[in-house]
Amino acid sequence: MSKQPAAVVGVGQTHHRAKREDVSMAGLCREAIDRALLDANLSFDDIDAIVVGKAPDLFEGVMMPELYLAEALGAAGKPLLRVHTAGSVGGSTAIVAASLVQSGVHKRVLTVAFEKQSESNAMWALSVPVPFIMPVHAGAGGYFAPHVRSYIRRSNAPLHIGAVVAAKDRQNALKNPFAHLQNKDTTVESVLASQMLWDPIRYDETCPSSDGACALVIADADTAASVDNPAWIHATAMRSEPTTAAERDQVNPQAGRDAAAYLWKQAGITNPRREIDAVEMYVPFSWFEPMWLENLGFADEGEGWKLTESGVTAMTGDLPVNCSGGVLSSNPIGASGMLRFAEAALQVRGRAGEHQVDGVRRALGHAYGGGSQFFAMWVVGADKPAL
Amino acid sequence: MVGFAQRQMLEFDGSPTMVELLVPLFAELYEQTGFTRKDIGFWCSGSSDYLAGRSFSFVSAVDAIGALPPVNESHVEMDAAWALYEAWVKIQTGEIDTALVYGFGKSSAGVLRRTLALQLDPYTMTPLWPDSVSLAGLQARLGIEAELWDETAMASVAQRSLTDAETNPHAVRRGGSSVEELLARPMYADPLRKHDCAPVTDGASAIVLAADDRARDAAERPAWITGLAHNVDPLQLGARDLTASKSATRAAESAVIDDVEVAELHAPFSHQELILRHALGLASDVRINPSGGALTSNPMFTAGLNRIGEAADRIRNGEVTRALGHATSGPLLQQNLVCVMDGATK
Amino acid sequence: MTTSQARTLSAPLRVSFDYTRSVGPTLGAFFAGLRERRLVAGRLADGSVVLPPPEFDPATHEPVTDFVEVGPAGTVQSWTWVPEPVAEQPFDRPFAWALVLLDGATAPFLHALDIPYDDLRVGMRVRARWVNEPVGAITDIACFEKLRDQEDPPRDAAGDPPTHGRLITPVNLDYTYAASPEESAFFRGLEQGRILGQRCPACGKVYVPPRGACPVDGVPTTDEVELPGTGTVTTFCIVNVPFLGQKITPPYVSAYVLLDGADIAFLHLILGIEASEVRMGMRVEAVWRPRDEWGTTVENISHFAPTDEPDADFESYKVHL
Repeated sequence: MSKQPAAVVGVGQTHHRAKREDVSMAGLCREAIDRALLDANLSFDDIDAIVVGKAPDLFEGVMMPELYLAEALGAAGKPLLRVHTAGSVGGSTAIVAASLVQSGVHKRVLTVAFEKQSESNAMWALSVPVPFIMPVHAGAGGYFAPHVRSYIRRSNAPLHIGAVVAAKDRQNALKNPFAHLQNKDTTVESVLASQMLWDPIRYDETCPSSDGACALVIADADTAASVDNPAWIHATAMRSEPTTAAERDQVNPQAGRDAAAYLWKQAGITNPRREIDAVEMYVPFSWFEPMWLENLGFADEGEGWKLTESGVTAMTGDLPVNCSGGVLSSNPIGASGMLRFAEAALQVRGRAGEHQVDGVRRALGHAYGGGSQFFAMWVVGADKPAL
Repeated sequence: MVGFAQRQMLEFDGSPTMVELLVPLFAELYEQTGFTRKDIGFWCSGSSDYLAGRSFSFVSAVDAIGALPPVNESHVEMDAAWALYEAWVKIQTGEIDTALVYGFGKSSAGVLRRTLALQLDPYTMTPLWPDSVSLAGLQARLGIEAELWDETAMASVAQRSLTDAETNPHAVRRGGSSVEELLARPMYADPLRKHDCAPVTDGASAIVLAADDRARDAAERPAWITGLAHNVDPLQLGARDLTASKSATRAAESAVIDDVEVAELHAPFSHQELILRHALGLASDVRINPSGGALTSNPMFTAGLNRIGEAADRIRNGEVTRALGHATSGPLLQQNLVCVMDGATK
Repeated sequence: MTTSQARTLSAPLRVSFDYTRSVGPTLGAFFAGLRERRLVAGRLADGSVVLPPPEFDPATHEPVTDFVEVGPAGTVQSWTWVPEPVAEQPFDRPFAWALVLLDGATAPFLHALDIPYDDLRVGMRVRARWVNEPVGAITDIACFEKLRDQEDPPRDAAGDPPTHGRLITPVNLDYTYAASPEESAFFRGLEQGRILGQRCPACGKVYVPPRGACPVDGVPTTDEVELPGTGTVTTFCIVNVPFLGQKITPPYVSAYVLLDGADIAFLHLILGIEASEVRMGMRVEAVWRPRDEWGTTVENISHFAPTDEPDADFESYKVHL
């Protein structure tokens, strides 16, 4: 058994908004799917299997919604899989779809991830009170804020770094017509002036709550040969660890480090800082940019914030991060990871429009979930990998 | 397939994460295979947040693995039979050569037949709360009206299942009597009697997969997977013939079911076994559900995996050479998976 | 809450939310029809007429935009009896469901029947009974009933209905939540005013609360270790944001407290000090509620408050960050 080459040949996403009241869940998914199929110049008849990803079912109040959606997604009469790995789900869903092609089981797989957050309230869905326990934390921000504080203490990062990330990603979002937030006036100063919600995390340093979907068509080498600029999948990695454990490093989790090490090795990359041309990483709270730069090996431990501060991660820097505006500008939770994978593919295909970075040959898509414990990532490249 | 362990009960009194059940299951599998957790290349589970009543219910289950150093791991919001599919695909890529697949579900935590109404169309069906038993009753009558089966045929399925369950220590319902006696029992969801419906069951189970030499090292007689495929039908009642299962037929065609001696079918209602036998094209001499099947134990999100495990065990213990395991998911046999296994060939 | 000595503690858990659904154009046409007491089906590419209209044609995958009115009378294709209804079904007494083939449709429609058990039969003619004030939801149809010789009910003269809109669908679920045996021992200890951790037999680390599986070794924690109410704040968050179900008025501090002798910090509140004064490394102790308010819950500890001790050295807790 050996791995077959696979490539992203179609990318589609919705216009992400706080409330997409013009569409149903099926309509939302189809907006992304139809764009991905059009991009790939394929029809539903060409698709062998469908893989759906979504975060908790409580968000939409439907148990396994892919069942009722099967027909609308064009899955009836085909194999349909539903992946759920918390916030990393969009990434792991793309990886499962890729493995269906890499295994030789299928030739063309459609994968879609979505969240229609406006149907409910994520903070509620994530904080259903458990008997005997005291509800002290307050949503995802309350969960991650203490770990951001730990990062600041461990790295001695200046306190404005989070604002630098937020201002950069919001400015990048202006170049992405699909991005939810389109705030022209966001600057480091305006971010610093926004309300402190979960100290040390400010309002403008948090992701929005979005409705949105993302779809990819992943295909074998024969299909990819007939497509302009496919994004070849050079490496994929998934790693998980427990939410809490004695002395678990929550700032620089081992699962992320292990996944990255495996990923770089698989992709034949020895110096990711030099060899990766664009990065789409999962940054729902601004401080996670420097944290993940270290976790992924782009910077030494405690040094990630220096890349952010010096502009290395800006679109004009030598390691552009989240040129799409990232999760900080659009966060349809279940789809957010797949959007990172999709944006990495767009960069290597030269199809990222106004937020395209020149000459991207290899790009990273990254997602994480749970209590910084589930990691999914891939490297896509413009060249067919030597397998 | 080199290892299988299961636990079932009517009401599990522990936490919905079921870590307490998974720990001994994993221990049993290490014992069966000689593997330790460090030998497992990939972990994949199946479970449901709505069964547990909270988001991310699968997250704590990772504790049972002992996941530091971190593990290569994934999860499907489906019966664990589809987790087995994901693991099998991963093995086909050559990236890994061993996997441990597990599932768990505490059906008794809520009102199962009502919770399952959340699987229906959320706009036009769920607000009426059509329960899963009622939907099966509607399906059963359609087949009776079309003279595809009758109450006697349904009772015969129940009778055989309850009798076979007497030798299955994992069954939560057992005790056959006679078709006549079963037919004399009162109706429940007319035309279904209670014995036509699977019992609400809690449980967890796990299977170990290994490739080539890793499998030969771990088991004297592995059950080699020769075909594994799945397929889905539309959910909308107007969009499919409820007395048939096209998706089961399609899955069977992809997996190539031939010469199986035993078939473990995941049929939570007696008439659904009749639908499946026909859809899968099983010959009349194929032994169906020697474990007693889902009518005698139906732990949600593992019952499908259990069918594969039970079928594999018949091969592993030398009883048969070729066996079929089947899993279903969604309302009224909407989604079906078949796994064909062989003891002699590779 | 159960306090008897069952193996585990259990308590009711209600999961309840009113979902706001946007329905899109196709279902929007169906719901707009319901509001006018009309059954609006979709005509598909193959000529079939389906109620409710599927959002996308199964054959062409295109949105369904061709609508046709069906019913309100139809024929029962299948029925079943519900001897024990569950919450929020159309009737709270035994009733029947049916698949009804509405006149003009080619596929059946699911709804409840208000027809006695003994009268039910396949092939019987039925018609929709509407609620008094339709709002554009599936529940506008109260049920189906036997077709009698009478005219159709008058239709609402409502103005132009929106072609798509919003729908509120409540989802209320009741569960029994059980704690694991290890957690149950912890909660029962709290009821006695004790904080009981357990040690992992493999790695020796002390977990509080104890665990069904040590997340590093995958074996249950075992040997009981009673912990003091004193500890060190490792890291924390100042909560300034109000949220659903919040019990304390912001700003307040939620912190990871590493109890002396434990190997894992746990999350609790820090009070008795200005939020802005809370520090990493600060020494704190548990403040218990009055004894007569104790139950099997973490809430027996009202909060943690600072002690007089000097702050702990960063080195002493940095592996817990």
